[in-house]
Amino acid sequence: MWDYSEKVLDLFYNPVNQGAIEPTDEADTATVFGEVGSIACGDALRLHLKIKPSTDTILDARFQTFGCTSAIASSSALTELVKGKTLDEALTVTNHEIADYLGGLPEAKMHCSVMGQEALEAAINNYRGIVTEHHEEDEGVLVCSCFGITEPRIRRVIRENSLTTVEQVTNYVKAGGGCGTCLANIEDILLEALAEQASAPTKVAADIAINAAAAAPAATSASATYPPATAANLTTVQKVLFIQQVLEEEIRPVLVADGGDVELHDVEGDRVLVRLKGACSSCSSSAETLKTAIEAQLKERVLPTLEVTAV
Amino acid sequence: MVVYLDNNATTCVDPAVLDAMLPYLRDFYGNPSSMHSFGGQVGAALENARAEVAALLGAEDTEIVFNSCGSEGNNTAIHAALAAQPEKRHIITTQVEHPAILSVCKHLEKKGYTVTYLSVDGTGQIDLMELEAAITGGTALVTMMMANNETGVVFPVEAAGAIAKSYGATFHVDAVQAVGKLPINLSNSTIDMLTLSGHKLHAPKGIGALYVRRGFRFRPFLLGGHQERGRRAGTQNVAGIVALGKAAAIARQHLPSVLQEAALRDTLETGLLQTIPDCEVNGGGSPRLPNTSNIGFKYIEGEAILYMLNREGICASSGSACTSGSLEPSHVLTSMGLPYTILHGSIRFSLSRFTTVAEVNHVLQVMPGIVRRLREMSPFNNDQADWLQGRDLVNQH
Repeated sequence: MWDYSEKVLDLFYNPVNQGAIEPTDEADTATVFGEVGSIACGDALRLHLKIKPSTDTILDARFQTFGCTSAIASSSALTELVKGKTLDEALTVTNHEIADYLGGLPEAKMHCSVMGQEALEAAINNYRGIVTEHHEEDEGVLVCSCFGITEPRIRRVIRENSLTTVEQVTNYVKAGGGCGTCLANIEDILLEALAEQASAPTKVAADIAINAAAAAPAATSASATYPPATAANLTTVQKVLFIQQVLEEEIRPVLVADGGDVELHDVEGDRVLVRLKGACSSCSSSAETLKTAIEAQLKERVLPTLEVTAV
Repeated sequence: MVVYLDNNATTCVDPAVLDAMLPYLRDFYGNPSSMHSFGGQVGAALENARAEVAALLGAEDTEIVFNSCGSEGNNTAIHAALAAQPEKRHIITTQVEHPAILSVCKHLEKKGYTVTYLSVDGTGQIDLMELEAAITGGTALVTMMMANNETGVVFPVEAAGAIAKSYGATFHVDAVQAVGKLPINLSNSTIDMLTLSGHKLHAPKGIGALYVRRGFRFRPFLLGGHQERGRRAGTQNVAGIVALGKAAAIARQHLPSVLQEAALRDTLETGLLQTIPDCEVNGGGSPRLPNTSNIGFKYIEGEAILYMLNREGICASSGSACTSGSLEPSHVLTSMGLPYTILHGSIRFSLSRFTTVAEVNHVLQVMPGIVRRLREMSPFNNDQADWLQGRDLVNQH
């Protein structure tokens, strides 16, 4: 048997929001549904939404699911997660949130949570009249013909879930889980994607250093804004201000340009607590690379004893 | 109440079998190969067990080689057949074999062997004409199951064996599911080797046997000591062998009444078909084992059915993709060309001589409700014609 959480079994045996939402004549109310999967794939979800157009809010959500225990539980969880949200808020719901709501899913069942997230996108796109925008984004070379999974879709799921093995890719989008002939292709795509992920933060880190080198002489010559690197007798306020300044002027512009960001959280003695945001926060390897780059920069520019911790 | 209807997966150890084997775990721990009477008495028990297994198969004692399980038997048989005629590089099997055959064949293909996988029709049956067309003088081995583990469909093995023989190919039969459920007589047979497994006939797990026809040029798979007449090295699993002997003796007594088991299976099957719409028996059009019923419930998914059944104390299994961890549904049902509507929602009930009328009635009582409940949840209900088609998706006021 699968190692299902209590929550998964509870929502399977006692699903909430199961059923369809019938079209209604109520004022300021729209009904819509989105579908993913098929009977051939072994799971399929039709997500129904009742929307209040004036506020763009989801008034009600219901599901009809053909699938296994975790597919049904994931569908039910999804409806609970999106009820009361605006459409834009709902679109930020990730498959991880669905899995977390369920107290986790077995690795081999993660595709059930992905299906939930995709049905939600489909329903909202249908409501907004965006025709298969989702598929356009994922359009590309068909890699897994058993389950109809394209290369862009595989890349997206690798990126969004920080996947590192072929097995995980199969668990998340099923690709390679059929005849298995595409497993080697998936491995190639994965290696490429991992190489890209690894090089992205390295590039940003290099940019930070270049930026800093350019800023350094200007700053020192101008008005001695920064203390000399040897000055250890800074007051706490001065230290915080300098750290903040280096972050603002030398580090953040580089990160923002690459879709990330960093924020000073706190300074405890020589420990600088920063919060990585945006693209930087999603991937653990990039976080590590950036932490090192930011630390090197702060040591160089403010105080050599500083240590950076990402929170 | 636990209703155990998963006997093709494994069976309970018969209490009499357990009683027979326990002394060989507790008191008689000698090594049958030893040169003292303490070990010697163990050897006698071992030979009694061999005689019982031989009697169940209509074989001679010396034709029985004890081993650890069905997978070992199948691996050994293929290895032995290829070693017997090393110049031949072609194997014929079927698409619906157990992984212990299919995986070995896939492996051998990489080693340069050619493998023909015979297809099955919608009832799960092979076509002997296809075997005739595929076999040549270069075929080393024809291997097929006597009865399918998922559907219970029985293959015409003697007729297939006759074809194999006429081309000089070795004929192996995986009878793991058939032994104890079908009468088998190897005294006048085309079968060179036959695999059986103890835990499918109320002996414990970890014991099996390979029948090797006298005169067959057998090469062992496992090398080492001289046990089993040099055909399978390794100190014998004495308690397991004694258990298998006892299980074989009981199975032989029970064979004449195996039709009762079929009657109970039929009660279950017809009961389900009568009370539940949109379901059908997979393999129903072929001769089948008396204990197996594989039913496809349309528009719902097998794992979900199993979890619902589990809550009612009912143990069964499914050919659905979701239960296996692989994502493809059962290769057996897929090979039969069944539609997807049935493939994912197929459940196997497999009975044993311990199954009672009350247990079958319990299933008949709860199953219609389970299917109805899951169909209510399913977007397909009873048609999927409009799935993902261009419809008016939005209704707004």
